[in-house]
Parts: sequence; structure tokens; C-alpha cells
Amino acid sequence: MAPPHVPASAGDLTPELLGTSEWSDQLVAAAGIPMYDIPFLTVGGGMGSFVTLDYLRIYGVPASQMRVVSNIDTPWQTYEFLTRCSQIPRSERIRSDSASRPDNIWGFPSYALQETWTDKTPAYLWQLLTEPLLNDYWTPRAGTVFQSLEREAKRIDYWDMLVKGQVRMVRRRAGGGYFTVVTPPEGSAPTKRVIFRSRFVHIAIGYPGLKFLPDLQEFRTKHGDYQHVVNAYEPHEQVYEFLKTRPGTVVIRGGGIVASRVLQRLFDDREKFRLQTQIVHIFRTFVTGSHGPHVWARRKGGDGWAYQGFNYPKSVWGGQLKAQMRKLEGAERAAKYKEMGGTNTPYCRRWQEQMRAGRSGGYYHPVQGTVDRVERGSDGRLVSYVRSSDGIVREPVADYIIDCTGLEADIAEHRIYDDLLRHGGAYRNPVGRLEVERHFEVKGTASGDGVLYASGSATLGGYFPGVDTFLGLQIAAQEIADDLARRGFVRRMGPFRSTSQWFKWAFNSPV
Amino acid sequence: MVPTLAGRIQTRLFLLATVGAVITLLIVPVLPGSSGALGDRYVNGFLVLAAVAVLGIAWELVYHFLMQFRWEKDWPTLFGLLTLVPEGLLLYFLLRSGAVDFIDPVPSAAFWTHFIIVWVCVWLVANGPMRVPFIRWRFRGGRVL
Repeated sequence: MAPPHVPASAGDLTPELLGTSEWSDQLVAAAGIPMYDIPFLTVGGGMGSFVTLDYLRIYGVPASQMRVVSNIDTPWQTYEFLTRCSQIPRSERIRSDSASRPDNIWGFPSYALQETWTDKTPAYLWQLLTEPLLNDYWTPRAGTVFQSLEREAKRIDYWDMLVKGQVRMVRRRAGGGYFTVVTPPEGSAPTKRVIFRSRFVHIAIGYPGLKFLPDLQEFRTKHGDYQHVVNAYEPHEQVYEFLKTRPGTVVIRGGGIVASRVLQRLFDDREKFRLQTQIVHIFRTFVTGSHGPHVWARRKGGDGWAYQGFNYPKSVWGGQLKAQMRKLEGAERAAKYKEMGGTNTPYCRRWQEQMRAGRSGGYYHPVQGTVDRVERGSDGRLVSYVRSSDGIVREPVADYIIDCTGLEADIAEHRIYDDLLRHGGAYRNPVGRLEVERHFEVKGTASGDGVLYASGSATLGGYFPGVDTFLGLQIAAQEIADDLARRGFVRRMGPFRSTSQWFKWAFNSPV
Repeated sequence: MVPTLAGRIQTRLFLLATVGAVITLLIVPVLPGSSGALGDRYVNGFLVLAAVAVLGIAWELVYHFLMQFRWEKDWPTLFGLLTLVPEGLLLYFLLRSGAVDFIDPVPSAAFWTHFIIVWVCVWLVANGPMRVPFIRWRFRGGRVL
């Protein structure tokens, strides 16, 4: 990196900067904010940034040409936090395909081959061969994923590229490229802000934020109670601890993978500690069987759930759906998203057994309904007013309510996206998120010869649907790397380099 | 694998022309029950391989149609292996019946050994190693071009 140009004055954003959509070098210099030049900058520092840097390092970009700005220390930190909260510790298996490896762009050898070798368990291969027909999908342990990521991060010099700080905004630069404004950790820099000047910027800041079901949000705000009404993505161990001390009732909201995980934890604890826990499970949409408009578009389901191996139909990552969606625009695209969408969870033999036992044992009560409101009963417990589509109103009383719906906040809730929508030229796609090109350039944000890319959940609704998944991040990274190759930033990787780089990966030698 | 129709056909042709050809070169001399000049046996071996490719295009249309009944539009790994049974049987009976008269009748043992080894090798390569040189292949539904 070039040495910073340090001017004399305060080093914070000025009203003039805040109000100007496109900044000149002079304008930035006048504000006294130290400026660093770096050709490629990725913002976020989670899985999306990591996978993109991994691709570019393997394509041949030196670590000195790239930086990642992040407020976390490792790329998997946020992911691990969220999986742990939603009841997947390192020893448990995540819902992800064996060949979706964020630490290995080739997906070979798959996690299943790796775990077969390390665990000396050939049974994994049998499961892999017979999935999803005779067996559940084989999926990797969370721990396997994190360990492999650590190995790859070291191999590509990830931590040499990491700059700690909070990104405030990305603005276009007069003459091409972008300015990224960073607030460094307190005490680590002489000024309040520093700026990176780059030709290419990539934004992968993940989910803009959690959103609660409106009735639960209302309850939490009204009563200031964040202990008894919880979101599955926030730490909520107190629920399970309470249930170990006395019999209790839990209401679960939502019909997706997180609801399945939380249910499993409740069932497991019930069995392990001989508890008396009662579970009321409220599905807004109660799926009773196969559903879909057409014999060629019908998903399996039952007992409330819609069943699907992964969070999208498998062909979005490379097959028919991917090819179809790539050609669709506007309303047609939105309709296709709707057709394949809907909350779902895998059909897992163990979960099926637990739920069957729960229904026949009278401690698991799945119901259809929408909740009008939640109130505190006279004994201090939580009363949900649930209205079913057949007109029946139920009022289950619970000690805890766990929101497993996994609703996401609007992208504009995140200040970086908000700023991009206001000043950067970005606009929304048919499902309300950031509109990106097929190669993940954020539409409307081009600046001279510079390009702004985005990947991850904020780009859902684009020409490629599976954006917020491991493999989806890699597909985005490949599109971005190939686009950067078209623009002369790096050479496009062909079969020979790919093969030689694979051997380097296999022997854990530097790229 | 999650193929598109074009991807299925291209992958089949590409892998038969590469993996299939190499395996054929290696095993024709040692196939059980075959006799005659080595050159003729090679010609026959490659004609059988070509027949798998040509008939395969029709088979892929059938598989593509059947795949439409799957919500995920995927083609499980096991299907890719087990389809060797109908494909092998059809080709075997076609050869036996003399319907494909430019291929000499092949002894059963030689045919099945050749067919199964080529099939399993192609299937193994398609399920992993193929992605090493061709990093875009799996994201394009199996299209090589």
C-alpha cells in the first residue's frame, strides 16, 4: 500500500462531504481524513468477503493489492455466533451440501470425503451415495467447516489483508473509483476516520439485521421483557436452563430450519433430563402434504412443514432454475422467486421420530394460526391469542416464546446500503433488495473505470437466487473474479492454473 | 449433480471422449473372452463407446423429462450410477440382435467389463475431479462449452 496522505485538520466527515454524492480528491483532503490507496477493497469480513478474497488470491491477485475492512476477527465469527444461538454447536451438522466448501473453490474433495478420512467412517460414503433417496442428505459438522476455513484463511494470508474498523459509507469518486470511509477502533488511529481510495469495492455485510414478528416486538417494547420473548438467533440459553428447573411450556413460532433445530434441542433435553416440557408450535402456513401449482412444481410436505433438503431447490446452484432465473426480469423474476420460495426445512428421519413421539405423547402441539397479540397473564406468564383459519381462537399460555421465523430487516436499515440507495445510484430489485448484474455489480453505481460489487443476502432477488448460501457466495465470487479479469485486474483462471492451484490447496502450500 | 439438458449431453460426450477413451485404450487388450487382431478389437471397442454416446443423447432426453417431476430439478448421485443398468441392457440387446450391424458381435464378458468400467470411471470423475480443472462447469449445469 502507498503511504497515507495525511493532511493537517480534524479528520472527520464534514457537512460538505455528507451532502455530496460524488467526492473529489480535494474535497476529501480538505476534510483532513487520512487516505490510503488500495485497488480492491471488500467490506464486511464475513463469509462473503472471505470467499471473494479466496477466489481472487487463487486467480493470482497478490495480498498487497487487497484489503478487507471488518469489525470481526475471523470470517466465520458471525456465522458461528448465529449457528450457536440457533442450536448448532461445532459438533452438530449444518444444513449445507457436502460439496459446498467455502474453503475450497472446487468443492473437491467434498466435506464427506474429508470426514470419511478423518473419522475413519466409510458409512458417510454410503450416505452420500444414497442421499436423498434412502438417507437424509449428508451434511458437514459446523466444526469441520470452521477448521477448514481457518486453514484456508492462513494459506491465503487473510489476516495480512484484514483492517479492523467499521465502514460508515462508500461514495463515488470524481474521476473513477470509490472512497470508503472507515471508523477505526478507538485509539488505533490519530483521526476519527480513515478513507480508502479504490478502483474496486465489494460489499458483503450480511444480513442488515434481525426483524421480530410484529406482535412479539410490541410485547417486548411494551413490557421491556427481553428474557421470555426471544429470537432464536439471539442467545437464549436461559430458556433451556429454566426448563431444567421446573416443568414449563414453550411456544415456537415459524416453520423453517431454525424451528426444527430449536425443537430438536427441546426434545433432546426432555429426553436427556427427563423434563416435562410442553411445546406449542404455531405455523402461520400449515402445510399438510405435497403442494404446488403443477406436477412439475410440487414440493413435499406434511404435519405443518414444507420439506426441502437445503434452503433453495438444488438446481438454483447450477441447474435448471439457475439457468432460467438468469434470463428473467422484473415481475417474471419476482414470480419465479415466489414459486420456489416459502419457508421450509429438511425431512430428517430423527426429527420425524421425535415429533411423532411428541404428538402421541401429548407434549408437542402443532397448530395453524396467526397471532393477534401477546399479553402477560395474571400469573406473569405469556398468553398468545392465536386465530386459526377455521375461525377457532386458541389462547396458549407459555413461559417462553421463541421466534424462529428468521425475518430479515429491510436493507435500508443498514447505513451502508441506506447511503448507497441515497447517494450511490443503487436501486432495488423486484423483491426489494439491491439490484445487481449477473456478475454482481451493483446496478447504477458504476464510477469511471471503477466497479462496486455486492454479494450475500442483500442481493436476493437478482438473476441468481441462492445468494445467501455458501455455494451462492462462491458463485458470486466467481462471477466477480471473471468480471475483474475482463477488466484487466487479474488473469482469468483456466484449467491449467485451476489444476495447479488445486494441488497447492491440497498440500496447503501458499497460492 | 444438477444438470441442465445441454449440460447433461455435453458432459456425457466430453467425459466419454476423454475418460472413456483413455479407459478403452487401457483395457481393450485385456478384456475377457475377446479374440482377433488387437487393431480390430480397438475399432470395435471405440465403436461401442461411440454407441454409448449416440444412444446416450436419447437417454439424456428421457432423464431430463423424468427430472422435471423432481421439485429440486436435481439428479441424485445414485441415479447417475444406476442408469448404467437400462443403458447397458439396451445396448447389449441391440448389439446381440445385430441391429447395429457395423459393430461386430461382442462377447458378453468383454462387453460388460468394458461398459461397466467406463461407466463407473466416468461417473466418479463427474462427481468430483471434473471440478478441479473446470471450475465453472458445475455452476453451468454441466456445460463444458
